[in-house]
Amino acid sequence: MSEIISNTKLQTLKPPVTNIGVLGWIKANLFNGWFSSILTLLTILLLWNTVPPLFRWAFLNSAWTAGGSVCREIDGACWSVVVNNIRFIIFGFFPYDHQWRPLIAMLILFGLLGFSRNRNFWRRELVYAWMIGLVTMGILMRGGFFGLETVESTSWGGLPLTLLLSVFALALAYPLGVVLALGRQSRLPVIKSLCVVYIELIRGVPLISLLFMGSIIFPLFLPEGVTINTILRALVAMILFTAAYIAEVVRGGLQGMSTGQYEAADSLGLNYYLTMRLIILPQALKIVIPPTVSILISAFKDTSLVVIISLYDLLKSSQTVLSNPEWMGFSREVYIVVAILYFLGCFSMSNFSRKLEKDLDTGY
Amino acid sequence: MEAVASEKIPFWLNPKIRGIFYQAGVICCFAFLAWYLVSNTLHNLEKQSIATGFSFLNKESAFEVGESLISYSSADTYGRALIVGALNTLKVSFFGILLTLLLGTLVGLSRLSSNWLVSRLAALYTEVMQNIPVLLQLFFWYAVFYEMLPSPRGALNPVNGLFLCNRGVIFAVPEAHAAHKFMLLSLGIALAAAFFLRNWAKKRQATTGKHFPIFWVSAGIIAGLPVMVWLFFGAPMNMDMPALKGFNYKGGATLSPEFIALLLGLVLYTAAFVAEVVRAGVQSVSRGQTEAARSIGLRSGQVLNLVILPQALRVIVPPLTSQMLNLTKNSSLAVAIGFPDFVSVANTTINQTGQSIEGVALIMMVYLMFSLSTSAFMNWYNKKTKLIER
Repeated sequence: MSEIISNTKLQTLKPPVTNIGVLGWIKANLFNGWFSSILTLLTILLLWNTVPPLFRWAFLNSAWTAGGSVCREIDGACWSVVVNNIRFIIFGFFPYDHQWRPLIAMLILFGLLGFSRNRNFWRRELVYAWMIGLVTMGILMRGGFFGLETVESTSWGGLPLTLLLSVFALALAYPLGVVLALGRQSRLPVIKSLCVVYIELIRGVPLISLLFMGSIIFPLFLPEGVTINTILRALVAMILFTAAYIAEVVRGGLQGMSTGQYEAADSLGLNYYLTMRLIILPQALKIVIPPTVSILISAFKDTSLVVIISLYDLLKSSQTVLSNPEWMGFSREVYIVVAILYFLGCFSMSNFSRKLEKDLDTGY
Repeated sequence: MEAVASEKIPFWLNPKIRGIFYQAGVICCFAFLAWYLVSNTLHNLEKQSIATGFSFLNKESAFEVGESLISYSSADTYGRALIVGALNTLKVSFFGILLTLLLGTLVGLSRLSSNWLVSRLAALYTEVMQNIPVLLQLFFWYAVFYEMLPSPRGALNPVNGLFLCNRGVIFAVPEAHAAHKFMLLSLGIALAAAFFLRNWAKKRQATTGKHFPIFWVSAGIIAGLPVMVWLFFGAPMNMDMPALKGFNYKGGATLSPEFIALLLGLVLYTAAFVAEVVRAGVQSVSRGQTEAARSIGLRSGQVLNLVILPQALRVIVPPLTSQMLNLTKNSSLAVAIGFPDFVSVANTTINQTGQSIEGVALIMMVYLMFSLSTSAFMNWYNKKTKLIER
């Protein structure tokens, strides 16, 4: 047995240099087999042919402050179309001297959103803060109080309008959606069938048909002499639309509740309202937070559709800049900037939803 | 115990009676709301002297439609114009769905690739495309088409018979020939034959265990039969070449910039969502399934075909159909870039006739028809592929 035991120090062999470190990583992740290698080479070729010209166009050859006529001489991007018109793109036709008001309103909104991201702040006070914030924003936009000049809603536009539409559409559609979802789960046949018909009808048609309805048919529904403004009509259409989608998401959460929860609530002697408010909804709504955020993202993207019924949201105000003869033909630059704005909004929301999903995952 | 049981429950606490009461209340509210809206509407219509009803469909439309699959002129009726619009919607949806499926599957599988570069690129693509409104993407592609491509006179001509200019993509097509009708017919016959062959091969494999190379045989039939018909007619090779006449091209076939921008925007946007669906579906099949299939000696093609795909598809198909439906609904954004789809034609009709209620109702009905038939298909598919659990 003694032969097996050795006292001499064994020489430790290092792994081959191609299997560790940077080289190892490259081999394992980029050149792992012939198919992967070909794929990598093709991708690099593709990137080589697209990225440098794009970079030259966007940065090296681009103009940032020059006028439209100078821009036509160069073969790079003309970012000055955005730089020179940034206030119109952001604020639309809001009176120039009063544009600090929507700016502050937006800052309040962003501040509130930032606070709401942190789950430690999810208390009753946050709800009050939102209410106060929304009222303040309304006063800032509309004016008429505290010596602020009144600005009619017809001249609201740009980014504030986009944000206003998405925040209010979601805030008002959410309760409606929850009610519809509860109605769809109801045991009373009339209520159930009304909710089912509503949800399926709305989900079956494109948003644009509802916007048309809001802008053309809605005035016909109202009694003589009563008119409501176009923004509100678009808002109603968006609320009716979003509520149906929220209802479906919430229904998923309700169906995820085990019957034991209902039975336990029944055995405690809680009535329907208390069962829902104290037992079912807190749990069901928590499960569906991630899909609700994706509804929020699509609602935010869908606000761009109001362009079609001629509201001056962010997209429309940027198109208005493009119809100015000086800046005609620089659509790509403008659309890229608007796309970046939308992307930032949506991406931060979807990141938030992913983070929440991780936080809320209790593992069972 | 007995005292409790014999105690009479007052009728207002009886859940059944309460239920009836609530429902009656809801019906009353609903009926009142409906009556209120209808009476307001009728009053307003009367005041603006707009006639109700669908009789306007038979009137002469007096507007042109940019592109049409069936013959149409401004002397035709509104009804026919709307049919043209509906066909255009179907055309965009059909090609859009085909291309989206291809691109979405490709991106979804790339996302799962072990190649770091490819999977990162696919992730970047889905992240960017999902987070930009589709309408903005449509405007962007339309602007790219209009601003970057030259006018017809200086059209790009990368391949003989293909022209790219800001009037669209113009390409040569085979000259009309009697053979084409028969080729189409033979293609239909070949598809039917392949279908029956597949059923027969499946049945035979189930009973006798004998394998039949169904893929290659049916591919051969589907490709071969039309080619044989084509050869039988003397292989007509004449092409209808587009040529510049005045300010535009004559001959060949044209894809309009509106159509291309719409298709491109819809496909690139929806493909990002399809990619996520495909990725989730493939990931939902556990690794053990692949390993088990391998261990009973299936080849990798068979593993994919017989084990992975049937399970992944069960997860993929329901969200996939809803994405296809989304694409169809989003095609209504065509109205923003001027492609004459159903919504766009209906919008023109509304503006000309003032029949707004009928017009919007028509739009809703057409899209409801699409989505109801899709959900009917979904129910059928779910029933067919449902796991039969013991």
